[in-house]
Amino acid sequence: MAEISSLMHGFSVALSAYNLMLMFIGVVLGVVIGVLPGLGGANGVAILLPLTFTMPPTSGIIMLSCIYWGALFGGAITSILFNIPGEPWSVATTFDGYPLAQKGRAGSALTAAFTSSFIGALIAVVMITFLSPVVASFALEFGPPEFFSVYLLTFCAFVGMSKGAAFKTVASMMAGFALAAVGLDTVTGTLRLTFGHTELLKGFDFLIAVIGLFGIGEILQTMEEGLAFKGVQAKMNAKVVLETWKELPRYWATSIRSAAVGCFMGIVPGGATPASFMSYGVAKRFSATGDRFGTGEVEGVVAPETAAHAAGTSALLPMLTLGIPGSPTAAVLLGGLLIWGLQPGPLLFVEQKDFVWGLIASMYLGNIAGLIVVLTCVPLFAAILRIPFSIIAPVILVICAIGAFTVHNSMFDVWLMVIFGFIGYVFKKLDYPLAPLVLALVLGDRAEDSFRQSMLMSQGDMRILFANPLVGSITGLALALLLWPLLSALWTAVRKSLA
Amino acid sequence: MSDGNGGSRSVVSLKTMDVLVALIFFAFGLLVAWDSHRLGAKWAEDGPQSGYFPFYVGLIICFASLINVVLALRVKAAEGESFVSAEQLKLVLSVAIPTLFYVLVIQFLGIYAASTLFIAVFMMWLGKYGWLRSVLVGCGVSVAFFLMFEIWFHVPLPKGPIEALIGLN
Repeated sequence: MAEISSLMHGFSVALSAYNLMLMFIGVVLGVVIGVLPGLGGANGVAILLPLTFTMPPTSGIIMLSCIYWGALFGGAITSILFNIPGEPWSVATTFDGYPLAQKGRAGSALTAAFTSSFIGALIAVVMITFLSPVVASFALEFGPPEFFSVYLLTFCAFVGMSKGAAFKTVASMMAGFALAAVGLDTVTGTLRLTFGHTELLKGFDFLIAVIGLFGIGEILQTMEEGLAFKGVQAKMNAKVVLETWKELPRYWATSIRSAAVGCFMGIVPGGATPASFMSYGVAKRFSATGDRFGTGEVEGVVAPETAAHAAGTSALLPMLTLGIPGSPTAAVLLGGLLIWGLQPGPLLFVEQKDFVWGLIASMYLGNIAGLIVVLTCVPLFAAILRIPFSIIAPVILVICAIGAFTVHNSMFDVWLMVIFGFIGYVFKKLDYPLAPLVLALVLGDRAEDSFRQSMLMSQGDMRILFANPLVGSITGLALALLLWPLLSALWTAVRKSLA
Repeated sequence: MSDGNGGSRSVVSLKTMDVLVALIFFAFGLLVAWDSHRLGAKWAEDGPQSGYFPFYVGLIICFASLINVVLALRVKAAEGESFVSAEQLKLVLSVAIPTLFYVLVIQFLGIYAASTLFIAVFMMWLGKYGWLRSVLVGCGVSVAFFLMFEIWFHVPLPKGPIEALIGLN
């Protein structure tokens, strides 16, 4: 099989002492980022991105993706020990994780969470290994209309799948597109939306937006809640780990179901959080002890963690093969690729074999490194959370400021970051989702280019988006997803009036 | 207006903020559409003009935010719910205002000195720590960042008169 030999080649790229060291550094940094309030996968990777500019791209992406795995692992620590979900997708982990910890079984809960995260990620990586070459070779045939329809599908999926108000999602997403349009128009050379300000010439860098929206915004929100961490002590030793591992094979069916939910949802943008809730719900329904969920069942930790990690990992599949990130963190990684001069998309699999397979191989290794690090160092990471907020908060703000500055060595960006921070705080409180804004800001120019090229091909005729069965079915699916909230609202209204 | 949170007076209701933000969105959309129209949002000889795409983006923002205004005005559940209470606003501002000052001070003192000052003041003011401990933590963090960025990763950060004084530029 071609994939196996490519993967073996990838291992030979990834398995250098330097890359292994970066993996462990990345995982440790990632867990720290996942544990700290105000720093998460997306803005953590954004802040550390400039540090990798001088590295070879493969080493850089290995470190950054390991930060991502670390952040995914780290979210479970705060959920279980402190009942504070570090990331949105760890909310479902608190349901059974924290009760377990209160019963004095924090060690088992953490072991179960880490192990199932690992298994979820592993299944997703295997899927990426075998599926992504297929998707990429399929996508090689794509022209501008096909790409635009895939972009359309991505963004319509956000509107259709959002739990909150659909029009807030639309407004937030379109604001992202508008911000992406600011600056020099690369096709015609005209300045757009700069209103004579030279600082706006370069446009808005999404890294600054990510650091501000997610970092500063979250610090402000955490502050408001008058933070007092009350944690449970975790006893982790080899005995607890082994005992939990003996118990885990019992939940194999739950693991497989959750991994399937996660892999599927991860490919769809914004999938990790709904995936974790969905698989918790599914596990509850199917489990023999489903009625005891919420009181501290290990199975209730296994389900959401497997799904969240599977989703978080498979979010990289559309990023690598189509150039469309499935999550804000994947978007930041995509930004990294662009900065290193690599064009994400199907051609990557043809032109940059070393890079792609090195990255995929590092996903296997990085998750093993992650599992080792978290299982052995939990008390250390939990100790970070015991540092008072009045010390942690200014340090995180300093880290955000440094991160924003280093993107372009520009002080203007630091001010922008603060402004984005205030915007992020207000958006979060009013339930405007941030992820669509960030993704639109990243993909805006590329979506616009593919739209313009399609329109050029057809001389302005929108029917090109339905010109052949492939593009037509993607566009059709996109429109169906877009109209989903409207259709379901109509349906409820009709049913109400009939009743 | 009743209080939404723990006995503290509400400064602004959720509904007011919801409407206000939707209106700001509307104005933003209008601005985007107007500027794109100015650049040309039609079809030129050689294809779509540069305002073509953002013009419609602006229109969609306007449309979505109008619906958001209507929804915000109609929703009964949000009645009387607080966006932020006086207590909360005080806490948020106690972080927001020092942060603004911090960014301002970076321009004069460079990032290391400003960070030391920021962390120390934050700890003394909000954490009620003694000055010695605060200054030590502030210096420690800045020195750690200096080593990490300037020495290990060779990423220069803005420096000010203090670094110049001890010859670190």
